[in-house]
Amino acid sequence: MELALQIKNVTVHYGGFTALNGIQLNLPKHTTLGLVGESGSGKSTLARVIAGLIVPAEGQILLDSQELTKKRSREQRKRIQMIFQNPDASLNPKHSIRQILSEALLFHNIVGRTEIEKRCKELLARVHLEGKALDKYPHEFSGGQRQRIAIARALSVEPSLLIADEPTSALDVSVQLSVLELFNTLKAELNLTMLFISHDLGVIHAISDTVAVMRQGNLVEINPKDQFFARPETAYSRELLSAVPKMPKSNTSGGFYDPRT
Amino acid sequence: MSTSPILEIEALSLATKSNETLVDNVGFSLNKGESLGLVGESGSGKSLTLRAILGLLPHGVRQTGGVIKSEVSSAMVFQDPRGALDPLCPVVKQLAEVVYFRQKVSRKASRVVALELLEMLGLPDSLKRTDRYPSQLSGGQCQRIVIAIALACKPGILLCDEPTTALDVTVQRQIIETIARLQQELGFAMVFVTHNLAVAAAMCSKLAVMKKGQIVEHGNTLNVLQNPQNPYTQMLINSVLPLPELEGSGQLWS
Amino acid sequence: MKRIRTEPQLHQDGRQPSIIHRIWNTPSLLVGSLMFVVLIVLAVFIPYISPYHPSEQNLSAFLQPPSAEHWLGTDQLGRDLFTRLIYAARTDLSIMVLAEVVPFCTGVFLGMLAGYYGKWVDTVITLLTDTFIAFPFYLIVIIVAFASGAGERGIYITFMLVGWIVFARVVRGLSASFREQEWVASAQTLGLPGVRIILRHLLPNVLPQAVVVLMTDMVGLLVAIVTLGYLGIGIAPPTPDWGTMISDGQSFITTAWWLSAVPGFAVVYTGIALSLVGDGLADIWRKK
Repeated sequence: MELALQIKNVTVHYGGFTALNGIQLNLPKHTTLGLVGESGSGKSTLARVIAGLIVPAEGQILLDSQELTKKRSREQRKRIQMIFQNPDASLNPKHSIRQILSEALLFHNIVGRTEIEKRCKELLARVHLEGKALDKYPHEFSGGQRQRIAIARALSVEPSLLIADEPTSALDVSVQLSVLELFNTLKAELNLTMLFISHDLGVIHAISDTVAVMRQGNLVEINPKDQFFARPETAYSRELLSAVPKMPKSNTSGGFYDPRT
Repeated sequence: MSTSPILEIEALSLATKSNETLVDNVGFSLNKGESLGLVGESGSGKSLTLRAILGLLPHGVRQTGGVIKSEVSSAMVFQDPRGALDPLCPVVKQLAEVVYFRQKVSRKASRVVALELLEMLGLPDSLKRTDRYPSQLSGGQCQRIVIAIALACKPGILLCDEPTTALDVTVQRQIIETIARLQQELGFAMVFVTHNLAVAAAMCSKLAVMKKGQIVEHGNTLNVLQNPQNPYTQMLINSVLPLPELEGSGQLWS
Repeated sequence: MKRIRTEPQLHQDGRQPSIIHRIWNTPSLLVGSLMFVVLIVLAVFIPYISPYHPSEQNLSAFLQPPSAEHWLGTDQLGRDLFTRLIYAARTDLSIMVLAEVVPFCTGVFLGMLAGYYGKWVDTVITLLTDTFIAFPFYLIVIIVAFASGAGERGIYITFMLVGWIVFARVVRGLSASFREQEWVASAQTLGLPGVRIILRHLLPNVLPQAVVVLMTDMVGLLVAIVTLGYLGIGIAPPTPDWGTMISDGQSFITTAWWLSAVPGFAVVYTGIALSLVGDGLADIWRKK
């Protein structure tokens, strides 16, 4: 299978602390890699390295077998887009939705000035929002809607790789489900390659083709989804999986104990 | 055989100063040793209800109706353990301070009690020997300290406000197990606020589902989860993402 | 994650209260702007309000107490005190505003550069601010005043040298914290160049805070202008200025105390007005 992204031996230090330790990872085209790990495991750092927000101390990143150097071209930057965890913080509070969506379109001359309005509305429609949202400001939307706007903005530059860093963890469970569905639709419709980061194994299960586990800056396991959830290779993955609280089954009683009277 | 409830809430209503209703006509009761899960999404008023029981409503929120009757003291465990601790004071000292004021023992004895509490919560021995500050502890350890501080008040009711939401899954599991064990040992009642249905199911024998300030469904945990009467409850249950069975290992959670 | 929200009280249609509504609910801003507007209106229309000229002497009516003819009395040369006071407001306030323009712009811009780019840019700019802040302000004014001759020019030059520091420091801190925000990171991933991110994204977010600082800084500058006038190295007579008025009236403090007290009060009045405006603006922007 053709590789969309190759990460070779990437290492990042923060002061004396090693945030990423020789990460090796390949992402085949049009697949979704779910990246799991606990806080401090380095999964967000890896996302930011790939997005070009952090320069690694060592290692190589190849996008479609073309190396991404320290100074990326605009074209290279556009190809990789990122969705952040907190939709409250990822939209500039002083800009209207129109400004947010059209900025990159205009700057990169993706569409002509006359077609801006049309394209912005198309983008909103992609994420199931109405066109009248254009003249509003981020604070007028709910968390789930803001996350949709952030997704629409990322799609505006027509990326080939989408990185989503905990995009649903700040959202309510019901909204989380609809945002996950949106991601699933988008990746099918737009042929996206996706790197999806979450600490929530349920979310990872719902969206990934392959699952990678990180722990303390190291990649400890990478396996196809079905294999990972049924037969994880490492003891750590097994520990993670068994720690997820499950809904009770019919034959058990609720709670650990019965009430004492 | 059931005794009179130790906590009774009747028709509790909370509103902002500009009369926007936040909690509307909420009522439930709690027996000794019982645990109730309050579940719902953000803005459902579950945390405010908890704060009303503790008597610590945030600024701008007032009680507009209802009665809260409680015969016993309550103590709270917060979502963000680091925010609940004084960053500039060694954790053992903070714990001993609460013991000193709440249990009215001497300074020396309070430290002994504090160390016992540490042991009870499974915190490492190194805490006893050297002064540690909250920033030097992990999130899970901080949460254990917060629980110890709550227990130092010898509460009849432990109020938990999303105590595991900010923690990693493996740590979440340890904290849940710890709280459950302590509840069995000490016999306190518990109100457990969470947005995670699975966690609530693991901790509580009764569930109350809240939506927009109202309790929409209330009952035995299993009944509520397996036989939801309200479409909102059903929606919450449906949005729990399923995980396949892990092969081989014993299912610790079911 | 849930937070208890009580703050933004939304209208029925879900929008935040309009800007006019919010201003109306901020008494400090209302009172402050009203006080300031009164002063500005007086300063602009004083030729039509007063029949006197600020330097018109009338030696037969000197040191008169307030009366219907001379609202605030006259000074030792028989000049109408009210007229001089308002003409002095013209001089002092226009210098105050003009002297802030360049430092405000450079300070905000350098602060954004330092905060956004960090690294060596930050080191250089921080080094500059730390160096300038170590100099006592009045010492620099006095040196510049003597080098360039007394008058407004000294104030302009000095303030261009040191006035930007306070803005640079505040804006640098803000920009550095905004830089960590995800909306800056997403602008970067969209491939937008640094200058554009600074001007289009950072600027609107740091501006409110910078304007609040500007208000307090103007009060400080006004006091400096008046102090220099008082010391005789500021605005040269006969141009009316509150500082020289205070110092002129000093010799008559026992017989005609209002000569010094009135311009002193004018300084306090302007200071309070500007501080109230600053507080009010800060309140409004915080509520948002």
